[in-house]
Amino acid sequence: MSVTPPVCAERAVVIGASTGALRALAQVLAPLPADFGEAILVVVHLPAEIPSRLDEVLAHRCRLPIKEAEDKEPILPGTVYLAPPDYHLLVDRGPVCALSIDLPESFSRPSIDVLFSSAADEFGARLTGIVLTGSNADGARGLSAIEHAGGRTLVECPDTAEWPAMPLAALEACPEAEVCALSELAGRLVYRSSGVSIIDAEREA
Amino acid sequence: MDREVGAPVKTLGAEAELEIKLLLEAIYHRFHYDFRKYAMSSLRRRLARACDALGCATVSRLQERVLHDASAFPVLLAHLTIQVSDMFRDPAYFLAIRRKIVPILRTYPSLKLWVAGCSMGEEAYSFAILLHEEGLLERTTLYATDINGDALRTAQLGVYELKRIARFSENYQRASGQRSLSAYYTARYDAAVFDRALAAHIVFSDHSLSTDSAFGEMQMISCRNVLIYFDRELQDRALGLFQESLCHNGFLGLGAKESLRFSKHGEAFRDVAAEERIYQRIA
Repeated sequence: MSVTPPVCAERAVVIGASTGALRALAQVLAPLPADFGEAILVVVHLPAEIPSRLDEVLAHRCRLPIKEAEDKEPILPGTVYLAPPDYHLLVDRGPVCALSIDLPESFSRPSIDVLFSSAADEFGARLTGIVLTGSNADGARGLSAIEHAGGRTLVECPDTAEWPAMPLAALEACPEAEVCALSELAGRLVYRSSGVSIIDAEREA
Repeated sequence: MDREVGAPVKTLGAEAELEIKLLLEAIYHRFHYDFRKYAMSSLRRRLARACDALGCATVSRLQERVLHDASAFPVLLAHLTIQVSDMFRDPAYFLAIRRKIVPILRTYPSLKLWVAGCSMGEEAYSFAILLHEEGLLERTTLYATDINGDALRTAQLGVYELKRIARFSENYQRASGQRSLSAYYTARYDAAVFDRALAAHIVFSDHSLSTDSAFGEMQMISCRNVLIYFDRELQDRALGLFQESLCHNGFLGLGAKESLRFSKHGEAFRDVAAEERIYQRIA
């Protein structure tokens, strides 16, 4: 049996969310079309002791395949990778997913900063970073690393975010980031990814 | 959550990758530690921390420092290798060993177990306690290996900060511990000193999965959250070494998020407890 090696993603979106994550994530991921061309990597702060069913919960609402990231797993376009609880998720050469149990950063493991900065190292300008609702400051440094690498930065509008602290911290670190209501985020991603609006994409689907 | 927290560090610039490669070559030739096949993403983070700790603005400065200042290398090595783990980390793993592996281990007149990448010994002592409770420790030699001599010396002492014990105990109970964990240590000031009778069955020794070879025939090897820091090639080398070191039908335990799926050695093993990442050598 011969297996064609998978074609790894050329572009990626990284998303970080903390308190209020589930509702916000579903709203960003659910409208994305099945042929969305970028890989999506997600860090959500969850207690390590509780088994995570986040992938199952989100899978019901999304057209894209959603899975927990495995170590050295190739990063494919149109797939959503979730950081496993109690591990940092990083992007390594390939690009592939890489995991680590190094110390928590900003009190978090997985840490949004860790994912964002390692993704910026690998994807450079071919990366979009999004900071969503949360009650801490994780993600701010990482978003700034993405900005420095020439990537695109998006922050959920703090005025309407369920928990504004994390978007505010991100905006303080990256004042140039695009501020965007939750309901518009998916549209902006699709437009950037394929050049067509989400309405066109829905019509074709 | 009672956890140690690392302070955030500046990330290294895009040019750092070349500097890192040069540093790893320098370390290999000067100190004979081989990190050249470690995963770049974690190396970058760990080296950023080492730069911070040693007051070096760039990885090139760090290289100069470790080549000319004898006190700097141990600090760098600690940043590159030392892992903080808990005793009975992932209790389900130890529970599966108790229920599925111990009954088979019982059939051997003498046992050799290898904890590869033992860092400060938390896992080695967990195995010693588990085997003691199953009545197997007397006939067992536990090999606990690491590349970091300082970590091995700490491991040998079996002394852990008292504030970590609550978490260890909770894990131990969830792994179906038969007593109270306090039966195995004495509290002295802010430290828990584990029973020397446990350490008497553990051989702590320097061994590198990058450069050393097999050293004995094992009934079980446990190597958890070590392979995630390696690139695919080095992962394959290590797994090949494990395959070679295991007796026929011997067991291999990996970390909760590690698997044999992406390895060329995958076919030499079968799942015994898929969820807990315990495999058995069949070829």
